Amino acid sequence: MEYAIVFLPLLGSIISGFFGKRLGAKSCQILTSSFVSISAILSFFIFYDVLTQDYSSNKLIFNWINSGSFHVNWSINIDPLTSVMLVVVSFISSIIHFYSIGYMDDDPHKARFMAYLSLFTFAMLTLVTADNFLQLYFGWEGVGLCSYLLIGFWYKKPSANAAAIKAFIVNRVGDFGFAIGIFLIFFFYGTVNYDEVFQQTPLLLQKEIIFIGIEFNLITLICLLLFMGAMGKSAQILLHTWLPDAMEGPTPVSALIHAATMVTAGVFLVVRCSPIFEYSQVALNVVTAVGMTTAFFAATVALVQTDIKKIVAYSTCSQLGYMFFAAGVGAYHVAIFHLFTHAFFKALLFLGSGCVIHSFNNEQDIRSMGGVWKKIPFTYVLMIIGTLALTGFPFLSGYYSKDAIIEFAYLRGSTIGYLAATVGIFTALLTAIYSWRLIFKTFHGKYNNKENNLSSIHESPLTMLIPSCLLAIGAILIGILFKEMFIGYDSSQFWSSSILFLQSIQYDHPPIWLLVITPTVVIVTIPIAYYLFVANEKILKNFVLKNQVLYNFLVNKWYFDELYNFIFVEPLKKIGLFFWRKGDINTIDRYGPDGLSRLVKIISDKAVHFQSGYLYHYAFAMLIGFSILLTYLILY
Amino acid sequence: MNFPILSAIIFIPLIGALFILVTKGEHKNIVRSSKYVAIFSSLANFFLTIFLWYSFDTSTSEFQFVEERNWMEGFINFQLGIDGISILFILLTTFIAPICIFSGIHSIKFKLKEFLIAILVMETLMLGVFCSLDLVLFYLFFEGGLIPMFLIIGIWGGPKRVYSAFKFFLFTLLGSVLMLIAIISIYWITGTTDVMKLLDIRIPQEYQYLLWLAFFSSFAVKLPMWPFHTWLPDAHVEAPTAGSVILAAILLKMAGYGFMRFSLGLFPVASDYFTPLIFTLSVIAIIYTSLVALMQDDMKKLIAYSSVAHMGFVTIGIFSLTKQGLEGSIIQMMSHGLISAALFLCVGVVYDRLHSRMISSYGGLVNIMPKYAFVFMIFVLAALGLPGTSGFVGEFLVLVGAFQINIFVAVLASLGVILSAVYMLWLYKRVIFGKVASSEIKEMADLNKTEIYIFASLVFLTIFFGIYPEPLFNTIDISVSNLIDDYKTDLNFYLTQINN
Repeated sequence: MEYAIVFLPLLGSIISGFFGKRLGAKSCQILTSSFVSISAILSFFIFYDVLTQDYSSNKLIFNWINSGSFHVNWSINIDPLTSVMLVVVSFISSIIHFYSIGYMDDDPHKARFMAYLSLFTFAMLTLVTADNFLQLYFGWEGVGLCSYLLIGFWYKKPSANAAAIKAFIVNRVGDFGFAIGIFLIFFFYGTVNYDEVFQQTPLLLQKEIIFIGIEFNLITLICLLLFMGAMGKSAQILLHTWLPDAMEGPTPVSALIHAATMVTAGVFLVVRCSPIFEYSQVALNVVTAVGMTTAFFAATVALVQTDIKKIVAYSTCSQLGYMFFAAGVGAYHVAIFHLFTHAFFKALLFLGSGCVIHSFNNEQDIRSMGGVWKKIPFTYVLMIIGTLALTGFPFLSGYYSKDAIIEFAYLRGSTIGYLAATVGIFTALLTAIYSWRLIFKTFHGKYNNKENNLSSIHESPLTMLIPSCLLAIGAILIGILFKEMFIGYDSSQFWSSSILFLQSIQYDHPPIWLLVITPTVVIVTIPIAYYLFVANEKILKNFVLKNQVLYNFLVNKWYFDELYNFIFVEPLKKIGLFFWRKGDINTIDRYGPDGLSRLVKIISDKAVHFQSGYLYHYAFAMLIGFSILLTYLILY
Repeated sequence: MNFPILSAIIFIPLIGALFILVTKGEHKNIVRSSKYVAIFSSLANFFLTIFLWYSFDTSTSEFQFVEERNWMEGFINFQLGIDGISILFILLTTFIAPICIFSGIHSIKFKLKEFLIAILVMETLMLGVFCSLDLVLFYLFFEGGLIPMFLIIGIWGGPKRVYSAFKFFLFTLLGSVLMLIAIISIYWITGTTDVMKLLDIRIPQEYQYLLWLAFFSSFAVKLPMWPFHTWLPDAHVEAPTAGSVILAAILLKMAGYGFMRFSLGLFPVASDYFTPLIFTLSVIAIIYTSLVALMQDDMKKLIAYSSVAHMGFVTIGIFSLTKQGLEGSIIQMMSHGLISAALFLCVGVVYDRLHSRMISSYGGLVNIMPKYAFVFMIFVLAALGLPGTSGFVGEFLVLVGAFQINIFVAVLASLGVILSAVYMLWLYKRVIFGKVASSEIKEMADLNKTEIYIFASLVFLTIFFGIYPEPLFNTIDISVSNLIDDYKTDLNFYLTQINN
C-alpha cells in the first residue's frame, strides 16, 4: 500500500511525460488524475489505521549511498506526522489534478503539465515519507525542481522564466544551509537517520563548536542551519522573494505547490526535527522571531498589492509565518493543524482566484475587476468561504487553528510568547483587511474592466468548480472535525511517536478576553473594510496621498528585490567579469603561456642579431670570449 | 587467468587503428570500412571491459589481472594491473570512446579516417594510463595522450585552433617535464619504477616534497586546477565535439587518478604537508571559475569553466583522505565523465545545425526541439548536482568528507553548489526557453536516431547511478579503504621517525 501511494504518481508522471503524444492529452489527464486519486484514497486508509490502531511502518526500498560509515537508504516511513502529510499532499494534489483538466483546457501542453504535477506529488511524498535527512533532501530539491518547471511552464514569457530561476536559486541558498546542517549532523552523530539522530541528541547538549570563527552550541547551530533550509522553502522573510514571483506559474500550480504543500515543507521539517529543536531555546526563539516577522511583514505588503494572485501569495507567506511561530513556541501540533487547515482554505482561495481570472479572461489586476458577484455567484461564494476561513471567522477551519496558535503562544508564558501572541492578533487584523479588500475590489463596487464586456463574464466550467467545492467543504468543516484529534487534550497521545514535547503542553484556559478578541476583530473588520473599499474610497485615497513614503515602501515590498539586486546580483556579475577579464586573460594568460611565448620571441629576435653574417662581428665576439676566458684562468 | 585481458583491452583500439590505416581502395569504401572498424573495435572493447568488471574480485585490494613482461632488463617492465579504483576509469574510457566515434562520424566532414585513427590511438593511450603499474610506462601513456589530442584540436578544431593547441601543449608539457625528472629521481633513489614495489617502499621524507611538487605540477595542469586552468576553455572551444568529450570526460580524470595513485600512495608526508595548498586552490577554483562561468557568452567555454569547478570538488575529496571524500571524488569523476560528455554533446548537436557556440544566437529551442530540450535539462540538472542524479552523490560525499577535515573549506565549497545552479539554469534559460530567436532556428531538426541512442544511454546512467550507486561503491570500497589505511600507517611511520 505504501509503495502504491508513493510510486503511482511517479508512474503516472513517466507515462504521461514520455508517451503523452501517443496517448493523447485526454487520456494523460485521466490517467494521472486517477493514479493520484488512488494514492489519495490509500493515504486515507493509512491515516485511518494510524489513528485507530497506532499503525506505523518503515519499509526499506533499497540502499542509496553506502560509503564507509555513511549509510543512507531509500525507504518509506509511516508515523502520525507522515500520515497527516500524506493525506494533505495526495488529497489536495488529486483535487488540483482534476481542476487542471478544466483550467488548462486550451493549453497545447496538457500532457507535460500533468506529468510535472504528478512528478511533484511523487517528490513531495518521498519528502514526507523519508526516514533520514538525505532522502528528505532528495524530496526537498525534487519539489524545488518541479516548482521550477511549473513556474516556468509558460516558457515563452520572460517573466515566468526569470521567476522560475529565482525560485530555484533562492531555494538553493536555503538548501546551502540545510546541506551544511546535514554535514554537521553526520559529523557529530555519525548517521543521518532520524531515529538515531533523535536518540543521540540529549547526549550532545553541551557540545560547543567553532563554526567559521564563531563559537556555537552544536544543537543550536544544527537547528539554525536546518531552519535556513526551511526559510528558503517556506518563503520566510529574507528568503521570501521568490514566492510572489512564483505566481507567474499557472494557478493550479500556485494552489498546489505555492500554497498547500511544497511551501509547508519547511514547517514540516521543523516539526519533524522537534526532537532536536526542543533542546535549543535559542533556535526556537529564532524560529518564533522569524515566523512572526514574516507574518507581519507579508500581511503589510498584501495590503497594497493589486495582483489577485500576489495578494494570496503574500497571505500564504504570512500564514506560514504563523505556523513557524507556533512551532517556535513549542506548539508543533498546532503548527501542523494550521498547515492542515491552511492547505484547504488557501488552495480554495487560489482555485477561486483561478476561476476569477478565468472568468475575466486572464485579467489578474483587481483594479480592473469589480461588481461581478451576481454574474459569477458560485465563484463568489467559494471565495467568501475561503476568505472567512482564512481570516478566522468563528467556526470555520481557520478559526480553530489560528486562534489556537495565538492562545498557545500566550500560554507559553515567555516574553517572546506574549510578543508573538500580540503580533498574531495584530496580523489577524491585517489579514482580515487585505482579504476583504480582495473580495470587495473583485466582486463589488463598479465594474472596471475595459477589455471585456460585463456580459462576457462567465462562470467557470464544472471541472473547475466541483474540485473547488470539495475544498470549500473542507475549509468549512475540517476545523471542527479534526480539532480534538490534532490539538485536543488527548492529542499528545496521537503525536507521541513523531513529535517531542519537552515541556508538557498546557491546556489551561486562556483568559476570556484573549478568546474573544481575535474573532471580534475579524468580524468587526468586515463592515469597516466594506466602508473603506466600496462605500467611501476617498478616505483611503487621501490617506495614501498623505503617506506616500509608507505606501511606496509597501508597494515595493519593503524594497527587498532592489536590495538583493544591489548586494548580490550585480556585484556577482561584476566579480565574474573581473575574474575572467583581469584574472584569466590579463594575468594568468598574459604572464603564463602568452608571456612565455612572447619572451621566447623577444629573445629569439635579439638572438637573430648575433647572426649578422659579417666576419668581423664573429671575430670580435671570439676575441672578447677568449679574453674573458684568459682573464678567468689568470685570476683563479 | 592466463589470457592477458588488460593488454587486449589496451591494444584492441590500436589494432583497429592499424586496420584503418592500412585499408586501401576507393575513398568512399575506405571511409565506410573505417567507420565499421572503429565502431566495432571500440564497442568490442567496451563489452570486454564489462566482462572484466564482471570477473573482477571486489573482496580484495590487491592488484588483479597483473601482467608482467620484461622490456628493458632491470629498468622498465611492461607491467599492468588494476584495482577497484582503476577499473572504473577503464569502464568510463571504453564507454565514452564509442560515443566519441559515433559523434565524430556524425559531424566530422573531412579526414574522417585520420580522425578515427586519432580517437582509437587516444583510447589505447588512456587505457594504458589506468592499467600501467610502472611509472615510466605510466608516463609514456600519460604524455602520449598529448599528441593525438594536440592533433585533434589542431586539425579538426575551430578557427583559433592553432593558438589553443599550442596553449594546451605548452601548459601540459611544462608539467610533464617536471614529472619525468621526478620519475628519474625516484628510480635513482629507490632503484625501481615498479609501482607495486614503490607502494611498499618508503621514500625518504626529505625527497618527498620536491617529488610531490613535480607530480603535482603535471596533475594540476591536466586536472586542471586554478591557476593552471586557462588552457582548458580555449582547448574546448576550438576542439571538435568528440575532442571536447574525450578531454572533459577522460583526460581530466587521468590527473585525478594520478593524485590518488601516486601523490597519496608514494608521498604521504608531502601530501599531508601540501593539503592546505590543495584545499586553497580547489576552493578558489570552485568559486572563481563558477563566477567566471556565469559571465561567459560561449556555451563551450561556460561548460569548460564549470568543469574546472567540478574538478575542484574532486581534489578536495581526494585530499580530505576520508572514506567519504575519496569515494565521493571517484564518483564525482565518473559522473562528471558522463555529464560533461553529455553537455558537450548537447552543444555539439546545436553547433552541427547552426554553427554557432554563442549563447546569444540561440533562444526558444524548446519550441522546435522538445526532445533536445528534455535531454539538455537532465544534464543541466545533473551538473548542478540535483539529488537523484549521479552529480549529487559525488558532490555531496566530497563535502561530507571535507567537512570532517576542515569545516571552512566545506562551507566555501558548498557555495559552489549555489553558483552552479545560477550559471547552469541561466544558460538553459537563454538557450532553450523564450520565443524562437531567429528564422534559422526554426529550420533546426530535433534529435535524430543516433543522437537519441547516445543520449539515452547517458541519461540512463546518470540517473541510475544517482539513485543506485551501489555497484560503484562495491567496486571501490575495499581499494579505497586500503588506500586510506596505507596512507595513515605510512604517515604515522614518518611522524614517529621525526619524533625520534
